[in-house]
This record gives sequence, C-alpha cells and structure tokens, in this order.
Amino acid sequence: MESVCDVIQLDKILEKYQYDPGSIIAILQDTQEVYHYLPRCVFPYYSSKLGISEAQIFSIATFYENFSLEPKGKYVIKVCDGTACHVRKSMAILEQLRSELGLSPSKKTTDDLLFTVETVSCLGACGLAPTLTVNDKVMGMMSPDKVKELLTGLKEGTIDA
Amino acid sequence: MSRDFVMVDNIPVAIEGEKNLLSLIRKAGIELPTFCYHSELSVYGACRMCMVENKWGGMEAACSTPPKAGMVIYTNTPKLRRYRKMILELLLSNHCRDCTTCEKNGECKLQELAERFGIKRVRFQNTADQPKLDDSSPCIVRDTNKCILCGDCVRMCNEVQNVGAIDFMSRGAKMTVSTAFHIPLAESNCVGCGQCAAVCPTGAIVVKKETDQVWAALNDKKTKVVVQIAPAVRVGLGGKLGQKAGEDLMGKIVAALKRMGADEVYDTATGADLTVMEEANEFIERLESGENLPLFTSCCPAWIQYVEKKHPELLPNVSTCRSPMEMFGSVLKEENKHSRRKTVVVAIMPCTAKKFEAAREEFKENGVPYIDYVLTTQELIQMIKESGIYFSELESEAIDMPFGDKSGAGVIFGVTGGVTEAVIRRLAEDKSSAELRSIAFNGVRGMQGLKETTVQYGERELKIAIVSGLQNAEDLIQRMKSGETHYDFVEVMACPGGCVCGAGQPITDAEGKKKRGAGLYAADKMCSIKRSEENPVVMSLYSDLLKGRVHKLLHVDYQKGNR
Repeated sequence: MESVCDVIQLDKILEKYQYDPGSIIAILQDTQEVYHYLPRCVFPYYSSKLGISEAQIFSIATFYENFSLEPKGKYVIKVCDGTACHVRKSMAILEQLRSELGLSPSKKTTDDLLFTVETVSCLGACGLAPTLTVNDKVMGMMSPDKVKELLTGLKEGTIDA
Repeated sequence: MSRDFVMVDNIPVAIEGEKNLLSLIRKAGIELPTFCYHSELSVYGACRMCMVENKWGGMEAACSTPPKAGMVIYTNTPKLRRYRKMILELLLSNHCRDCTTCEKNGECKLQELAERFGIKRVRFQNTADQPKLDDSSPCIVRDTNKCILCGDCVRMCNEVQNVGAIDFMSRGAKMTVSTAFHIPLAESNCVGCGQCAAVCPTGAIVVKKETDQVWAALNDKKTKVVVQIAPAVRVGLGGKLGQKAGEDLMGKIVAALKRMGADEVYDTATGADLTVMEEANEFIERLESGENLPLFTSCCPAWIQYVEKKHPELLPNVSTCRSPMEMFGSVLKEENKHSRRKTVVVAIMPCTAKKFEAAREEFKENGVPYIDYVLTTQELIQMIKESGIYFSELESEAIDMPFGDKSGAGVIFGVTGGVTEAVIRRLAEDKSSAELRSIAFNGVRGMQGLKETTVQYGERELKIAIVSGLQNAEDLIQRMKSGETHYDFVEVMACPGGCVCGAGQPITDAEGKKKRGAGLYAADKMCSIKRSEENPVVMSLYSDLLKGRVHKLLHVDYQKGNR
C-alpha cells in the first residue's frame, strides 16, 4: 500500500519550515496531516532535502507513538480509555468495534481502508464518558449498541465526521 | 601561580583543560568503567557506568560533568559499587550470555566489566529474544541480541563517518539499533567501513569472518594459495600476539602463513607501487588537460561507496586506478593463468570494506573474482592462534619471488597521507634524500583528519588535501562546492587515521594507532627502495605482463560498472 508522494505538497511543507532539519518533528506532523500516515517515500525525499539520514528520520518517526507508518482508514476512531471512561466500560465499546470490524490490537485498520480503531488515554471529556472520537469529532455517552448504529451511519453517510 | 584542583578519592588532581571529570579521573590512574564514552565521539551519558559520588552523597556521570575547582568526588564507594553491579546485572538480563561461542569472546567490554565487578549471578530472568542476525553485508554482521544500546555505533556512523546508516529505532523496551525501515544493511547506505564494529563494546557488530573458506583452500592440495598482505597489517598485529604495539611484523607473518600452508606470500605494497605509477600518470594527464580536477584517490573502497551513494556527481573526479589490492590481485591471477593448479588469491587487509570490494562485479573475470577471499588482521590473528604457532618464536621470512620487491612509498600507503607522499615522491624531479626528508615534513604526516600541503610541479604550485574520516571528507567537499577552497589532488581514507586504524585491525586506543603509523614510517626507512618507479618488480611488470594491458588490468570505471 504505497502512495506516490506529491513532491509539490512535500515541498510546500518544507518551505513552511524553511528546510530546517531541526523542525523535522513539525514537518512529519504536517506530512501526517496530509496522508494520515507517513508514506515510505517521504523518508528518502526529506533525507535528501534536509541533509539528515533516512535512518535518523525513521528513528524519530518510530520514537513517537503519534506517527504512523501504516496507512490509516478514512475514519479514525479513537476510543477513550482514560480513568472515567474505563470505569464506565469503554473496553466493551472497543471490543464491540473490533469484533464488528474484524480488528485486533495488532490489526488496527480494516482492509478496505475505511476504519482505523485505536485507543487514547484521555480526551478530557470525562463528563461525556464513555466517549470516542471519529476523525476528531467527539461522540459522548457511547454504548456497545450505539457502536453498531455509528458504523452503519458512517458507512451509509448519514453520520458525517 | 595557583592551580585548580579536584579532590579525587582524597587525592588532589590538577585540572589541566580536561573536558570532563572522566578524563581527569583516568589521568589520576583510576580506570572508571564506561560503555558509551569514546573521546572522539560526542558525550552521550547513557550507560551510567562512570557515575561518581560527590561529597553530599549525590551521583554524577563523570563523562558529562566538567571538572570545577574545589570539587570533591569519590569513585569507589559502596553505593557506587552496588549501582554499577546493578547496571551490569540489568544489561545481562536481556543479553545473550553464550560467551564461549561469541565472536567477541575475550574482547567484550561487557564480559570484561562483568568479570571486573564480580558478577557471578544474574538475579533476573533472561528475557533475551531469539537472535536476529543481519549478515546481509559482506563486511559486518549485526546481532541485535547482543546490543546494549550504548549508541557508540550510531554516533560513529553519524558523527565521524557522516553515513547515518543506522540509528535508534522505537523506544523503551522495544528500542533497537537498526536501519531505516529495518532493511538489511546491505541494502542501506552503509559503506562498509566497519568503524561501528570498531567501537562496539560487545559482539553486536562484528567483522564477517571468512577463515573457514581460507583454511579449506590452504588444506586443499589441488589449490595454490597466493597471499598478499596489506601495509597496515604488519603493524597491526603487535600488542596481540605478544609483540610490541606498532612493531613491523611482516617477516613473522610471512613465516606463519607459510607454516599454515600458503604457497606464495607477497606484499600489497608492491601493488601500491603500481597504483603510485598509474595514479601519478593520471594526475599529470588531468593537470595537462585541466579536466576533472581535483583528482580524488581511489584506494579506499568505503570512500568509493560513499561517493557512489552520496556524491555520484563526483565519480568523474575519482581516480580510475584500482586499489593496490585489486591491481595486485589481477596481476597475480594473470601470472597464474596457466598454472595447472587452481589459484586462490587471499588478501589480508586491515579493512572490512575490502571484503565488499573483492565481491564487486567490476573485479571479476568470467564470474571469478581477482581476489577470492579477504581476511582482516583480526581473522589472521585468529588463524595464527588456531594453528598453535608460537608467533613470538617464529623466524622472520622474506616475501616470495617474482614479486619480492617493494618500495617504502608503497609501504606507507597504510597510514593517512601515505598515498600522497608516495605520489609526491614520484612527481618530484629532485630525487635526493634531502628532498625525501623535505617531503616528509611538508605536512603530509600526522594523524589529523585534515592536512593540507602544496607542491611545486614545474611552473605550477599544486594544492593537495589529505582527509581521513568521511565527515572530514564531506566538509571538504562542501567547502570545495561553495568555492571557498580549491585543490588539485585529494587523498581520502574513510577510517580516521587511515588503514592502520581500519576496522579489520585489532581494536586499540589513540596511542596504539599512533604507534602503528610510526611503525610504517619506520618500515619505510628500512626499505632500500624509496620510490615506486625504482622498484624493479614494477619495471619488469610494465615491460612484460602489463604490456598493452595496463588499462584492462589496473584500471576500473565505477561509473560504467564492468569494463
């Protein structure tokens, strides 16, 4: 699953940070914003433009949990597993999501690249516990039953995120 | 005049410009343990073995603490001993402990410190993974299972060599040293210099061994084994086999190889003489045409790979001369072409990258390489040990005919500046011994990473640079590209200090490296022939075996691949 990098897009990002190798983290963040993950082709490109080794960029990309080297789904669902959500049974929601979509802790994205399911430590929306986000849109007061509706709604386009 | 002191274990030690407490403490005669500290690399402060206690009972890492006047520190307290033992135990808890079968057995820092601190039992369950060997590279083998994450290799590869093939990946318990995307080293931008292996304190990065294949060839009666020994090897064995560090041991090496079953033994310095002749000619041609200057030397295979991978635009500037090993290799194969026995050429080198060079397609004829096996000095020592020969009692033997002569110019190839000095000796019109001395003191000698000199050639004053260490080479390239500086001739050796400091040599310190360099200059003094063009072997080769085939046998085009 290798997307062809848009050099113009990458140059725009590099331009924004004035080709400063010290801004590599921000550059990778902006890149991930565009592709939802870090495609392999950005590594040699940034390496040649910034004068830092591919291994070093890869080192940074693997150090931070936030960077993904795997393509992500159209809808990234993050289930909150902070203390408040946890005690209100967020794990049941996560399991429901995984079983509906055929995912597991090691397989986070569906083969049709529609859904990615992850956990997050706390969304800061404890009043709405248990919560999850779909592409950064917060959905509160969730339950395993509502998960089914959510997935169907997303697939059919009746819920937008 | 008052001086500044630090109290080390109740003894005042003067501060004399030391960068950190560690060097000050070592100066005071205390060997603080370290894994991650190398004076030529940046301070990392990760291994925490060099911790010292201050007068308030606080702990500080000596490697990353600058000495200040009035400091009171202790290096050997119960707290520190307990602390160091704990680190060692934790390191060993997920480390392969099969010391007897480890390549680094007997030379491992972890083994040495575990012994020194009396670690007799590791209280933790061994959580070491199954070994994942990366033996894709012809030069080195990586075993992440033996890695202690000191980062010496990472910093060597990045800071000193500017290659950056490896770095830390992931974090916490999952952290490893690896290539980008964990690709095999052979597919990465690694140039094979092996300096990572030279600083690795454990067996996580070691030189790839070919001793079994060489033993097989030596024991096969139907095979004629022809050996060539690189200049740097003769001064690299000392300190290991009961000899003085930096001593010229060529005669004993020849004797040992003969005992082990080698049929003919030669000196790569003879090949170097051919290189001097060819490279000097090429240099003169380029000076006349004014094209592709500066001329970069081509003896170092790691440098060649560096140019190919990082600066392909500079390939036209690299000399088309094969390295001394390959020049001599093709001559030896040509000489034995009609031999009834199969001829195997073994090159003993201070270098890991030579293993890659020998395997290159450019250096094969009909699929058969000119050099069949490359052994490093380390492997030679291993073979001598295995054979049981009392090395110190061996009577020196001379190298064989018909290639029994070499010049001092060829011998000094093994140290940074040597190639340049040899070429200058060839170019100089004045052939007096006074001129020889003045060349030697012209700035070509010494272990610095960058040396510059000028030489008068006819009407012209030639600007020459000598660099060792690929970061130094990169800096020079950038300065040339910016137009800040200009040179006519640039000698590049990938390993800081040149081949005597190659990664195939036994590991030594800065002092040991200096002695090796001095050893080669002493060997040059003992040579009755000083200049390559005066070597009768070279003369007869040109009038006989090489006649009309100089280009085919001595040159290479890295741009086009096979010629």
